[in-house]
Amino acid sequence: MKSLMIITILFYMLSTAGYFAYLFIQKSFLQRGGYLLLLGGFLCHTMTIGCGFLQSGHLPVNNLHDTLSLAGWAVPGVFLGVQYRFNLKILGVYAAPFVALVMVLVFQIPKASAPANDILKSFWLISHVTVIFLGEAAFALAAGVGVLYLLQERTIKTKKHRFFFKRLPSLELLDSTGYGCIVIGFSLLTLGLITGFVYAKSVWGRFWSWDPKEVWSGITWLFYAALLHERLTVGWRGRKSAIMAIIGFGVLLFTFLGVNLLLEGHHVEFTKF
Amino acid sequence: MRKIVLLGINHKTAPVELRECIAFSKEETAAALEALKRHPDISEVLLFSTCNRVEVLLVTQNTSGAVEATTNFISKSNQIPMEQFEKALYIHEGDEAVRHVFRVASSLDSMLVGEPQILGQVKESYRLATVKKTSGVILNRLLHKSFFVAKRVRSETGIGDRAVSISYAAIELGKKIFGSLTRKKILLIGAGEMAELAVENLIRNKAGDIWVANRTFERAVELANGFKGKPVRFEEITACLQQVDIIISSTGAPDLVVTRDHMKGVMRLRKNQPIFFIDIAVPRDIDPEINRMPNAYVYDIDDLKGVIDENIEDRNREAIKGERIVDEAVIRFREWYEGLDVVPTIVALRNKMESIAGAEIKKTLQTNQIPEQGAHAIQKMTNSVINKILHDPTVFLKRDGIHEDKSLYIDTLRKLFKLDD
Repeated sequence: MKSLMIITILFYMLSTAGYFAYLFIQKSFLQRGGYLLLLGGFLCHTMTIGCGFLQSGHLPVNNLHDTLSLAGWAVPGVFLGVQYRFNLKILGVYAAPFVALVMVLVFQIPKASAPANDILKSFWLISHVTVIFLGEAAFALAAGVGVLYLLQERTIKTKKHRFFFKRLPSLELLDSTGYGCIVIGFSLLTLGLITGFVYAKSVWGRFWSWDPKEVWSGITWLFYAALLHERLTVGWRGRKSAIMAIIGFGVLLFTFLGVNLLLEGHHVEFTKF
Repeated sequence: MRKIVLLGINHKTAPVELRECIAFSKEETAAALEALKRHPDISEVLLFSTCNRVEVLLVTQNTSGAVEATTNFISKSNQIPMEQFEKALYIHEGDEAVRHVFRVASSLDSMLVGEPQILGQVKESYRLATVKKTSGVILNRLLHKSFFVAKRVRSETGIGDRAVSISYAAIELGKKIFGSLTRKKILLIGAGEMAELAVENLIRNKAGDIWVANRTFERAVELANGFKGKPVRFEEITACLQQVDIIISSTGAPDLVVTRDHMKGVMRLRKNQPIFFIDIAVPRDIDPEINRMPNAYVYDIDDLKGVIDENIEDRNREAIKGERIVDEAVIRFREWYEGLDVVPTIVALRNKMESIAGAEIKKTLQTNQIPEQGAHAIQKMTNSVINKILHDPTVFLKRDGIHEDKSLYIDTLRKLFKLDD
């Protein structure tokens, strides 16, 4: 299992190298190579998580090591889908190092042993966690697209077309991909929150219990809801939308990690280390 | 041994006044090819004439005779005294001539490096030479190789990638903003050659509706007819800005036509849909401050020129890679060309036969039990068979005064026996 994880990390790192080489040299075989390596890494990663599932008999999310690994897994997963839909090839230059970094971090964190937990076998909980993580991965990608957008917009506004102009795609493609990612993320987050409510109701008898994680999830949801609302009504797009996507991801990161590490609540056990 | 010689003038050596005096039209080129081919020193000839260069490519036994005949011909047919163009004339021989042809065809020698027309022009003049039957084995090979080199340079370097004219730079920018220009709506304010060229380029990129605004409405109607667009009055521009995506402005107005204050309201009504101003006018029509508003982009003529300069620098950097490809091709060509000599061809043919014979003897000796003496006899017999076979072709090729082109036979021989791989 450990060796499988090392292979996964290796795949992700090679994919990163491939994408960076593509950024500089602009040969399409490098992009294809990076893509296939990322796919390879994703499959190994899936097997790693699958093994964890089989070994413990439940979704492996009862310590920081496993939880982070699952969250990282969602990033290439969503990326492969987004790449297929929007064909934003250069985004790999963000997605590949992102997941590589997460996995290196995961590798550093010792795997705290936790007692087998029956609640992790619940259908509602499994779908709650998976769907939320996929949604968060989509938001992570939206932030990455936002960074690319800001770079390209700056290039065009300042009229200095040195490095990025020809290497990055059009603003329109970046904007619509970022928007697409946020729509996907928001839908999944909504679905994830609903499954969470249903689960909470079945376990604690109430939908909402003012747990810090719940509160911050609510704040994140409202943030992205506002972003989408403004886009549809007054046309918040381009630069503003890109900046908000990046800030939103910051809020999300706090909800995901900060709350567990700094505040108390009934989600803490998922990130024990 | 025949030599490849190239002589000519181009934009680097001669001013346009001189170039236009010497330029050959298509009919003149055809006549010139026939006349030059008749000269006893010239065995193959090709003439290449564009607005930036006139070049004559020759294959000759006698370089000085052929060069003299050609310069005399140029002087006579254009009625221009030799002294006037002698200084501008460059003469390349052998490898240098080959390199020059490759560089010209790959657009490395062009005034604007990487411009794509040159290859078509070279092909056209080669076609004329083949029609007039003035090109032979050597020029055929040389020109085909030059097409190949040009293709390689174009596909392996970025020499033709970036826009180097105002209207193409504007298109390139539009594509980076809008992704695709398909169905993007255009507003042309004012008129002017450059602006109209940009609109035509946009139409070629499948742009959508076109509006034309002008101080005088009659002029707007006239221009709009040309582009199948709609004329609008000058006062309607602000209303029009709500719907269009790309504005090309080129008026003679002394003041700004579109200001930041105009645009503030417009952007709200557009729901912040991106808008791209191309301001070709001097003094400027579009408030440069608009560029600082979100989703609005303004490029004036200097900005576009700056972009072009950057792109030209880019191309020149890429041209260095192109030179390397050319160098490689020159060496390859030299190998082939030297092979056209009689002696190395006969040696290559002998080597090929000996290696075939050697392999067959080895096989025979291995599978049949032949005593050593017998093996020796077989070896001897094979050698004399090879000698006998090679005797007639050797005598034929070494005989002086083959009526036709000797290199034709050598080339055929090399092809028949696959001596070049």
